[in-house]
Amino acid sequence: MRRHHDMGGLAAGPVEISEHDYAPWEKRVDAIMRLLSDNKRRLLRVDELRRGIEDLGPGAYDQLSYYERWISSITNILIEKGVITVDELGRAIEDAKAHRREAHP
Amino acid sequence: MTARFAVGDKVRVRRAYPPGHLRTPCFIRGKPGRVTQVIGAYANPEELAYGRKGLPKRSLYWVQFRQTDLWPDYAGGAGDTAVVDVYEHWLEPAAARTRK
Repeated sequence: MRRHHDMGGLAAGPVEISEHDYAPWEKRVDAIMRLLSDNKRRLLRVDELRRGIEDLGPGAYDQLSYYERWISSITNILIEKGVITVDELGRAIEDAKAHRREAHP
Repeated sequence: MTARFAVGDKVRVRRAYPPGHLRTPCFIRGKPGRVTQVIGAYANPEELAYGRKGLPKRSLYWVQFRQTDLWPDYAGGAGDTAVVDVYEHWLEPAAARTRK
């Protein structure tokens, strides 16, 4: 069976060719991927990143933006590998939210 | 490693639909093509995708397809082609074809 991401030949509408800027968080996701996959760390390869994106499932694949797919895949694979734990991540996200509430009440 | 196919060889892409990460798009599976370049040997991305080493390396080819073979409703020129990167383990000699 064709997997969802394997879209070659399906109707897809016109290609969006206008230039656009990247949001700061998107640049950070790109930087995180580069740092994780550099020769010093080698924690994650681009092939694994792609596998993780393909495994997000059709719903998430369509709803998430390009870099949202990246960070979702990176997160899942780092948990799989034991680089970070679910508990650590849950706490870090809540801390970041609290920090933001303080900075922007 | 030695490449099994050479430039000009007629090949057919294996028709297989395994789960997992792979680099052989659906639209060329089962289709006949011709090798136009032997690119080299690379770690297998199907294995790299799961954090393994990807060895032994696999030969990678440029395979040229006729657009009219790929798309039954193709409306462009009869001589139009598409070139796709295909790993050796997805290719078989065109003569080995057993069913259409």
